[in-house]
This record gives sequence, C-alpha cells and structure tokens, in this order.
Amino acid sequence: MTDLVSVLVDGIIYSSYLFIISVGLTLIYGVMKILNMAHGSLYALGAYVTATFVGFWFGHNLNPYVSFLLLPLAAVVVGLVAGPLIERGLLRFMYGKDEIVLVLVTYAILLILEDVIKLAWGVESYSAYQPYGLLGNFEVAGLPYTVYDALLVVVAIGVGVALTWVLTRTRQGKLLLAVIHDREVSAAMGINVQRVYTVTFTVGTMLAALGGALIAPKVSVVPAMGVDVIVLAFAVVVIGGLGSLPGAALGSVIVGLVRSTAVHHMPEVELFSIYFVMALVLIFRPKGLFSAAEARKI
Amino acid sequence: MRNRPSHGNVSPLTVALRLAFAVAVGAAPAAALAKRVKLGVVTFLSGAAAGPFGVPAKNGAEIVIDALNAGTLPAPYKTKGLGGEQVELTFVDEAGGTTKQVNEYRNLVQRENADVVIGYISSGDCLAVAPLAEELKKLTVLFDCGTPRIFEDASYKYLFRTGPTATMDNVAAAFYVTQMKPNIKKFSGINQNYAWGQDSWNDFEAAMKALKPGIEVGTSQMPKLLAGQYGAEVSALLTSGAEVVHSSFWGGDTEALILQGAPRGLFTKTTVVLTAGEPTIVRLGTQVPEGTVIGARGPFDMFAPDIELNRWFRKAYEDKFKMAPSYPAYKMAQAILGVKAAYDKAQAANAGKAPSQEQVVAAFENLSFEGPGGRVEMSLGKGHQAVQGTAFGITKNVGGKVTMTNVKTYPASKVNPPDGVKSEDWIKAGFKAGK
Amino acid sequence: MIARDRTLAMLLIALPVCLAGGWLLPAWVQSLLVLALGKGLVVLGLVLLMRTGLVSFGQGLYFCLGAYAAVSVGKIFKLDNSILMSDALVMPLFGAAVAGVVALVLGFLLARYRAIFFAMLSLAFSMILYGLLIKIPALGSSDGFNISFKTVAGVAIAPAAQLYTLYAVAVVLVFFAALALHQYLRSHLGRLAEAVRDNELRVEYMGSSVRYVVHVNYVIAAVLAGLGGGLVGLSIGHVDPDLAYWTTSGEFVFVAVLGGTGSVAAPIIASLLFEAIKSAAYQYTPYTWQMVLGISLLLVIMFLPAGLWSVFQRRAKRA
Repeated sequence: MTDLVSVLVDGIIYSSYLFIISVGLTLIYGVMKILNMAHGSLYALGAYVTATFVGFWFGHNLNPYVSFLLLPLAAVVVGLVAGPLIERGLLRFMYGKDEIVLVLVTYAILLILEDVIKLAWGVESYSAYQPYGLLGNFEVAGLPYTVYDALLVVVAIGVGVALTWVLTRTRQGKLLLAVIHDREVSAAMGINVQRVYTVTFTVGTMLAALGGALIAPKVSVVPAMGVDVIVLAFAVVVIGGLGSLPGAALGSVIVGLVRSTAVHHMPEVELFSIYFVMALVLIFRPKGLFSAAEARKI
Repeated sequence: MRNRPSHGNVSPLTVALRLAFAVAVGAAPAAALAKRVKLGVVTFLSGAAAGPFGVPAKNGAEIVIDALNAGTLPAPYKTKGLGGEQVELTFVDEAGGTTKQVNEYRNLVQRENADVVIGYISSGDCLAVAPLAEELKKLTVLFDCGTPRIFEDASYKYLFRTGPTATMDNVAAAFYVTQMKPNIKKFSGINQNYAWGQDSWNDFEAAMKALKPGIEVGTSQMPKLLAGQYGAEVSALLTSGAEVVHSSFWGGDTEALILQGAPRGLFTKTTVVLTAGEPTIVRLGTQVPEGTVIGARGPFDMFAPDIELNRWFRKAYEDKFKMAPSYPAYKMAQAILGVKAAYDKAQAANAGKAPSQEQVVAAFENLSFEGPGGRVEMSLGKGHQAVQGTAFGITKNVGGKVTMTNVKTYPASKVNPPDGVKSEDWIKAGFKAGK
Repeated sequence: MIARDRTLAMLLIALPVCLAGGWLLPAWVQSLLVLALGKGLVVLGLVLLMRTGLVSFGQGLYFCLGAYAAVSVGKIFKLDNSILMSDALVMPLFGAAVAGVVALVLGFLLARYRAIFFAMLSLAFSMILYGLLIKIPALGSSDGFNISFKTVAGVAIAPAAQLYTLYAVAVVLVFFAALALHQYLRSHLGRLAEAVRDNELRVEYMGSSVRYVVHVNYVIAAVLAGLGGGLVGLSIGHVDPDLAYWTTSGEFVFVAVLGGTGSVAAPIIASLLFEAIKSAAYQYTPYTWQMVLGISLLLVIMFLPAGLWSVFQRRAKRA
C-alpha cells in the first residue's frame, strides 16, 4: 500500500515536470506547426538566467522568500527577449516551407543557442539551490517529500488551467483557435496572423524557460542540460497528440506513472520505458491520444 | 520529373571538390618542427564533463607544463622540458563522441605532428583510440578513464595509462563500508545507466558479496546519464531498507542527487558512498551532507600525501586558479610527470642525449615514478597500467569547511588484481591473489 | 536518354579517378573520406525517402545495426577469426542485410505513417535500440567495442595498406550503390516515389499501392544506412550506441537537406562537404563549432532551398 502511494506521488511529481517542459512545445506546434527543437535550449536558457538571478539575490542577502518571484521573472525575461528575436528575426522568413525544413531551422537555432550559452556562462556548473529547501518537507505514507515539489504540481496544474481558460474563454484565445483551424481563412477574416504567431512563439518560449526556471533549484545547471529535455518533451507531446493541450497533460501523467512504476519495481527498464510507451501509443493511435481530424486534400 | 539528374557535369566537379578539399586541408599547418616536443592534450572543454573534469585537467596540465619548461618543478623533475627540449601544448576538446575523437586523434598525430598525446576521460574514447595509437605508433598516455577492459582485453606497446582503474575505487569502497559497518545486512545503489555506472555497481556489488556472503541488495537504481530528476529513485532507495547506498555519480548528476536527496533524508537515513565524490566537495563545499563517504579515485586532493611534489602542486594551482585542485587535475599532473620520468630515464640510458620515442616507450614500461599523489607503479597490463593505493573518508564540517574523518588508506596491492588476472575474476575469487 | 548516359558516364569516370586520386592523399584525409562516404550512403537512402515525402529521424537505427551486426553476431556465436568478423567487404554487406531484414519487418508498421509521425516513430525505434545496447554488457554497453579487419573478399591485407584498402572498398560500394539507385529511380517503382509525395490518393487511383512504394523505399534506405554504418564502423575501428542516438540521425537529415534531392551524387558531395566543414570548424573554431554548423545550415535553407545541388543545376542551365 505504502508502495503504491509512493509510486503515485513520485509519478505525479515527475508528470508535473514533464508537463511543464512539454506544454510550450505543444502550444507552438499547435498554432504554428513548428516542432521546435530549440525548446530544450530555451529551457536551459531559463535555468541559466534563473541561476544568475538567484545567485545575485542570495549574494546580496535579500529576503529569501521573495526569491521565488525570480523564477517566473527569469522565464518572462527569456521569453520576451529570445521569443520575438527568434520569431521576428528568423522564423518569419521560413513560414510556408515544409514542416521538416522548419524542424531543421529550429535544429540550427538549437546548435547556435548551445554555443551562445557556453559563451555567456562558460562550462562550469551553476546552482540556484536556495529556494528548493526553503519551504521544508511533508510526509506521505512515511516518506518525506519537499514542499517545493508539491508546489511544482500546483504550478503545472495552474499553467494547464490558465492556458485552457485563455484559449476557450477569451477573445484572443478564440482568435488563436481560428488561426489553428484555418490560417488562410482567418487572415481573410481580418485576423492579424503575423501577430498571433509572434505572441504564440513568445509565450511558448516563456513556457520553455519557465520549465528551466522551476527545475533550476533542484539540479545543477550545466551545459547540455537541455538536450535530454527535448527528447522527453517530444515523446510526451507525440504520445498526447501534437498540438493538444489535454494530450500533453495526459501524456505527462502516463509517462510519469509508467516511469515511476519502473523505478520502483523494474529499475533496469527505466531507460526505455518512455520510448516503449511512445511506440505503443503510436502503433494503436498513429497520431497520438488526442489528435485533431485532418481534412484530406485531393 | 523536375529533379531528374539530367543537368550538370558531375564527374569533374566531384573531382575538383575533392582535390580542393584535399589541398585546403593538406596545406594546413605542417607545424614548425624546431626543437620542441609537441604535446597534445585531449580533455573535455565543452559539455557536461567539462566543468567537473575537463577544465581542472586542463588547468593541471598548464601548471605542470609551465613549471616543466621553466625548470621549476620540485625534485626529481628539476631538469627543463622533455629530453632537454621545450614542450608545446595543444588542447583538443574531448566532447563529440568516439567518431569525432578517433578523427581528432588522427589529425593530432598525422596533421599536427604531435609527439606525445595525453588525454581521455571517457572510457569509450580510450577504447576507441587505443588501437589507433598502436597503428600510428605514437606514445599515448590515458590519464583518467576507468574501465579495466583496456589492458585486460588487449595489450599495447605505445599505449599507457597512468591512472588506476575504476575497479580499485569500488573494491576500496567495499572494504571501507564493511569495516565501518561490520554487521551490514543490505545495501543499495544508484548509478548512471552507462558503462561507467554499470561497471562501478557490478564491481561494488561483487566485492560486497565476496566480503559479506549472504548480504542482500535492496535496489539498484540506474537512471539515465544527466537525467537530473531523482525523485522516484530517492523514494525507492529510502524504502529499500538499505544501510548503505553506493553511487558512482559525477558532476551535475551528483550535485542534483545531493540537492534532491539531502532534504528528504537520504544522507541521514543511509550512509551514501560517493566513489567519485571529491570534485563535488571542491564545488559544493559544506552543502555535501556530513557523514557522506567520499573517494577521490586515488590518493588525490585531501587524500594526497604530505610530500614536496604535492605541496608545490597545490600551491601553484590554488595561486593561479583560486580553487583547490580536484582529482582530474592531479591525474593530469601525474600523467605528465610519468612521461617526464620516462623521458629522463631513457635519456640517462642514452648517455644524456635526447631519447627516441622507442627508447621512451621502453623506459615507460614497468616504470615507478613519483606524482603529486605519491608513488605510481606501472605494474599491470605488462607494465602499461598504473596501480596506486587509494583512500576513503567521511565528510565532517568544521568551521564552515569540509574535512575528512576516519580516513583509511589502502595499499595498491590490496585493491588491485595482480598482473594477468581480470579484475572481475579477482573480485569473484575473493581477492585471492590480492593479499 | 542522354541524361542517363551522362550520369552513368560521370560515375564511370569518377570511379577510377577517386581510386587513383585517393592514393595520393594523406592518411588522415583518406580516413575522413571513408567516413564521409559511409555517411553519404546513409544520406543517399534518406534522400530516397525524402523523394517519397518522408523524413526519418531514426536512420541511426540502421546505421548502428550495420556497424554492430557482423561483429555482434560473431561475438554472440563465438565465431572468433571468422570471415564475418574480419573481412572489410563481408562486414558492411552483412550489416546491410541485417538492416534490410529489420526494416522489412518494421516497414509493415511504419509504412502507415506520414510526416512528423513517421519521423517520431522512427526516432522512437532508434532510441529503443540505443537503450537496448546500453543494457548489453557483452557488447560493451555504452563503451561499445573495437572492430578491425584483416581481409577484403578473403584476400589478406597488410596493415600498412589497410586504410587505402578501406577507402577503395568505400569508393566501390558507393559507386555500385549510386549506380543501382540511379537505375531504380528511373524504373516505374522508383518514379512513383515522387508521385506519392505529391498526392497519395492519385497514386492509389492509378492502381498502385502507396504503402508498397513506401515500404520498398524504406527498406532500400535502411540497407544503404546499414552499409554506411558498416563502413563507418570499420573506418573508426570502434562502434558504440551513440551511432543510434537521435543526434546522429539528426545529422543525416541535416546533410540530406544540405545536398538536396536533385541527384544521386548530391548526398555524397554534401556528406564530403559536411565532414570537411566540421573538421575545419573543430580546428579553427573549437569552442563554437556548433554555432558554425547552425549558421551554415540556416544559410543553406535560406539561400539554397533546394540544396547545394541546385547551384550545379543553375549553372548547367545557364551554360
């Protein structure tokens, strides 16, 4: 029983991590049909900026509890700088090209960003550990967990709910759905598709950076930390159905629980549990769990 | 059919391209060969292994080579340079995988005309480069990689390794743990899921079972390299009921394990053994929980003996880089000094004249030399693989600094198999020939 | 028909020129060329898939299988010193055969997929192989193992002549692969590839099976990848699971786009150029070589959307 509980709790915490790192990816794909390979690098960028902010904050002995605000701040900063820069400066010249060519464009961005990060921060590791231990622990079935991890779950749910609300309840969101459904007609109806793209990419970048910012206090911020994240996020998004928000959520929960079960009961298969789930889902649902129907073009 | 290959005159173009390519790269520096020994140093300058290993190793190389060229090294290395000639350093980044490393090695030897190559932290790179070193007949010294396979599966003439194998770390860790907890019933492990982590765990598990027959394994966690998230693993370790948790984690992964494990009591409820934990202490200081068992992959840093060479190395390193040298820096220094010792020995045998490579290689075999970590004996792998003693200790915070208590040292003969016996078999046989 | 004669002629001229020219090159250039030719074969297969409208982010699967197959089978069945473990011609061909068989099986599944889903599912399979290899200590786990050869088609080769011999084997294999693919592309089945890319429904209406076309092309691409993997393994002298990692597959796609789908020569030339750029970037910008690669890729996509090959095509048209 305790065992089942800890599998569940560990799984949910890991799921929230997966959801946070993959939600930006699915948003950008859903709207712009770009599978953003640079997502992992933007995640890393968020982590590095957070480490710098947190390092400065605690270096100057400022109020430790306020340091939590630095995490979203770092995400916003990265999003507002890198998002428009990449979208306006590069991607907009590429629209209309094949989906795969766009993947390669973002792959090029990934390569460039990896070196930009190295030039800016060097190869030493950084840490932003202080916020992690600040909130203490709680116990579930005899096992201690950190409050910070519980907070991650709350944030993940919050991000999911907020995005759903924006998409379905606000005017802007409805315009976005129109663009997703049919770009040409939306443009003909007077929707500023260009602007929708810029905003979407910026928000997507912010979400990627938010993932890095929230994870930074738990890990050591090192070069290449984003390379792994991108494959994980891809898998989650593909399992859920590309471009689907509930899909990303369900994909995260499935992968999180499968992995946590593997860790507790069959640690030797942990390495490929995620790819196994991905292959299995795709075999039975070729376009993922939640996928929009596509019009056949003759 | 718009893409039909019906245009273009390919053959001359292909040829022209290839020739242009050949000329362009072939004309690249054939290097000034004036009386200098060209030393190629390969170590991680980018990627996750650069911070914890690659950069300290590079720093260590710079310190030793500067002193070597200036003739300011302590005894017995007071003469300038190698064979009387100044040493020129070239650094190559070890990142990028074995395919890149094999090509880079070839470039280093055939294009840059390096006289000696020292390097390689990754065991995969060491294995991949080994046959090529032999093929190109170039003195090559592996300084850090841990797999015993290199000299146990093959033998080489031009290849040497001045660092001890990883087997030693895990055997010594097992000795330490069983001395510390004679009644231990159960142990667990968390190691990265690749050759280094798997081999480390297998050696440790086999050594524990040889020392305490009937001992139980709680759980063996094998997260992906650079996974970063260890929540479920920490839960599994905590519920496994083990008294000791073995880990060969390194770099960012160790730091993440400490950051995520410490608040949840992993380091207080169990005794965690970090076989390669020393660089993490240099990085994190007192954030490493008290009571953690730490190894340095040899008698390095806090386990180094109080000898002139060590005092000099520490001071020079701390003066220049404002931090303590971690074991990769020590091991790099050890490799360069091994080459120096081989050159000196060959030169002495050659009536004081600069020795040929063949003479240096002959002198290197079975060499015994002094490094900043003490004596190194090239006694395994037909005289090509070093053995050294090692030490383990427990962290204790004193006045805001990490110190080591309960330090136990193990002589080389106790933690290494005799020549010609595979590490794996030696452990399984209960270290029979080792005592 | 003039066109075919030209391609054929250029291949026939290139073969002796490359064989003779290679002899004059320094050893490290020969070694780099073997690598580029081996990877060029993989890209050749990838380009065939691209003509069908599919991009695989998992060619590393077959590349790795091709490199591992011969020696792994030898190790598992303890065939020490057999020709399977020491012949520079048998090893890549065996690797290609194994890759082909695996692709034949997986093809039944993958031929149903298109676009990004095809790309991701192929990626998943290559990552599963990666995961499996890491868990097999007998094959060296992540460290892999060394491989070498002593004979070519049964003829013993002196150690000093090995590098050039391997280069010659690579040139000859690439020659036959290019020739065969060139012929295939001109056959009925080969021409259907582009029709599938342009409109699958029309192909079906015309009475051809889209799935069959995709399946056949998938297997051919895998065979070429296996062959390339076998060659690269021999040229490096070492294989490890990184050959199946997704970044390896990504590099192949990169080179395919660099070359374009214009001709069977394009992938080979692009691969040579790519290895040359990489080697130069490692040497001259060791700390920012990724950035150099990223910028070159962007420049190609922006200014040569049909790949490097379009430069030659334009020039030829003007002439």
